Amino acid sequence: MAEMVFQRTKGLQNRPFHYCPGCTHGIIHRLVAEVLEELDVLEKAIGVAPVGCSVFAYDYFNCDMQEAAHGRAPAVATGIKRVHPDKVVFTYQGDGDLASIGTAEIVHAAMRGEKITTIFVNNAIYGMTGGQMAPTTLVGQKATTSPFGRDKNHAGSPIRMSEMLATLEGPAYIERVTVTTPAHIRKAKKAIRKAFEAQIQGKGFSMIEVLSTCPTNWGLSPVEALRWLEENMIPYYPLGVYKAPEEVK
Amino acid sequence: MAKVLMKGNEAIGAAAIKAGCKFFFGYPITPQSELPEYMAREMPKAGATFLQAESEVAAINMVYGAAGAGARVMTSSSSPGISLKQEGISYIAGSELPCVIVNIIRGGPGLGGIQPAQSDYLQATKGGGHGDYKMVVLAPASVQELTDLLMEGFDIADQYRNPVMIIGDGMLGQMMEPVELREPKKRNLPPKDWATTGTGGRGHTNVINSLFIDPAECEKHNLKLKAKFDEMEKNEKKYEIYNCDNPDIILAAYGTTSRIVKTVIDKCKDEGINVGLIRPISLWPFPYEVFEEYADRTNAFLSVEMSMGQMVEDVKLGVNGKKPVYFYGRTGGMVPVPDDIVAEIKKILGGAK
Repeated sequence: MAEMVFQRTKGLQNRPFHYCPGCTHGIIHRLVAEVLEELDVLEKAIGVAPVGCSVFAYDYFNCDMQEAAHGRAPAVATGIKRVHPDKVVFTYQGDGDLASIGTAEIVHAAMRGEKITTIFVNNAIYGMTGGQMAPTTLVGQKATTSPFGRDKNHAGSPIRMSEMLATLEGPAYIERVTVTTPAHIRKAKKAIRKAFEAQIQGKGFSMIEVLSTCPTNWGLSPVEALRWLEENMIPYYPLGVYKAPEEVK
Repeated sequence: MAKVLMKGNEAIGAAAIKAGCKFFFGYPITPQSELPEYMAREMPKAGATFLQAESEVAAINMVYGAAGAGARVMTSSSSPGISLKQEGISYIAGSELPCVIVNIIRGGPGLGGIQPAQSDYLQATKGGGHGDYKMVVLAPASVQELTDLLMEGFDIADQYRNPVMIIGDGMLGQMMEPVELREPKKRNLPPKDWATTGTGGRGHTNVINSLFIDPAECEKHNLKLKAKFDEMEKNEKKYEIYNCDNPDIILAAYGTTSRIVKTVIDKCKDEGINVGLIRPISLWPFPYEVFEEYADRTNAFLSVEMSMGQMVEDVKLGVNGKKPVYFYGRTGGMVPVPDDIVAEIKKILGGAK
């Protein structure tokens, strides 16, 4: 009999993803699910899905889930965690959800040191609604609502959430990663694991920002999209650890 | 328990804790800030959690999360803050989560004022947030009734898995009256086996959600909600009939205004005018049939409100064209004066008798 070398993690339901070909949401979902499985917390995990491309995350993760209104996932997660302080609570949010309409909620959940973990997927565009400009859209980047490229004088410069939240006392662990190569994927998984460990150890708020692709709305092939991310997003959104207590470093 | 003298806003807090409310998420706004202040002080003593949110929007979404996690939870605010909570209330109704929301109404629109008003009637009873949803809206007229309805409100919310709103005004929130915290009539409350508590060997995942991307599924969900709202409409009507034995005119008033109307009834009696009162206690479901029934026993109706005329629309629906329906109101924080209401009654009866 052939040896089983890879299989679906118990952290994911047996359902096909609705994500576009080449979108990295699928990889990020799997990493989060694998970490929950490996930490043996699937039965005590409660996730919060956002509004945006990952709105159906509640259909994919194999744990209890709540679907939040646009941007409100950190507030919903706060309510859940206060009721069940012994459970592992996480939000999965995109850049429109977290860095635009939900900035107040993420800033204050981080400020309170809410013992939750946020997976922040930054692909510099609104995917679900069809490619509009996001707060994280790069200067010069074209989107349907910045058809001539984002103009700094008109729409400002993109927001760097990890750097901003790292100025607060509340967060225990913040790291920015990407998933463009197998090496990056391994690093991303390690970071996600650290973030959940910080929560489980009661250290405070943790967030992993994952730079992600949107081939469909960027108008690129999946391979071109990976290259575009590395050449354009990483220089503006440097990868690395932004906040870590000694123990989780 | 002996009666104790309590301020309305603080009585809400005491009643909520007594009813087993374990979580309160709120944001300061006049004229209800004594309530979150009371909760911040008293909830920890009761092993419960008070958390001040960064906004009313965050507060109602914390309520969503906590209710979805299976807890007995509430929030409170006043008019502008309740407007901010509307999105969350719609999600809570759509996801079928139980909670209690208190609105201590102040004058509007916009920033309005901070004095008593009843100008959020339509917002509370006709939706407020988006989509087809209903919630039981209860309007107490005394501090005692406020605590009774609040405690029952938690049970109603749990029974139907639906938000319940208690509305009052700054006068009710600020006035001190004797109160006895009384257990509501026992209801059969279903177990919260739908709550997100971690699967913990349950064998399946629980999902709290109001998204149904397939229109057929979304309609099915709405039909299910409608059946529940119909049950609420059938079971949860509350009203008071006062001095309605063939009166010359029946006044419709709720909450604080109904107390002013009772003074009006006494004043009119002295002048030989027989005035009745129908006081809706549940503003939704509204006791339409009662108005239709009493239309045969009087000459006219007058809705008295601290608004520019909101409940009067429901009074008209109830009376159903059988008798004329008039309106008298003060708004923006101005309170109707008994003599002015008496004058209005005389004006109407002068023409209608």
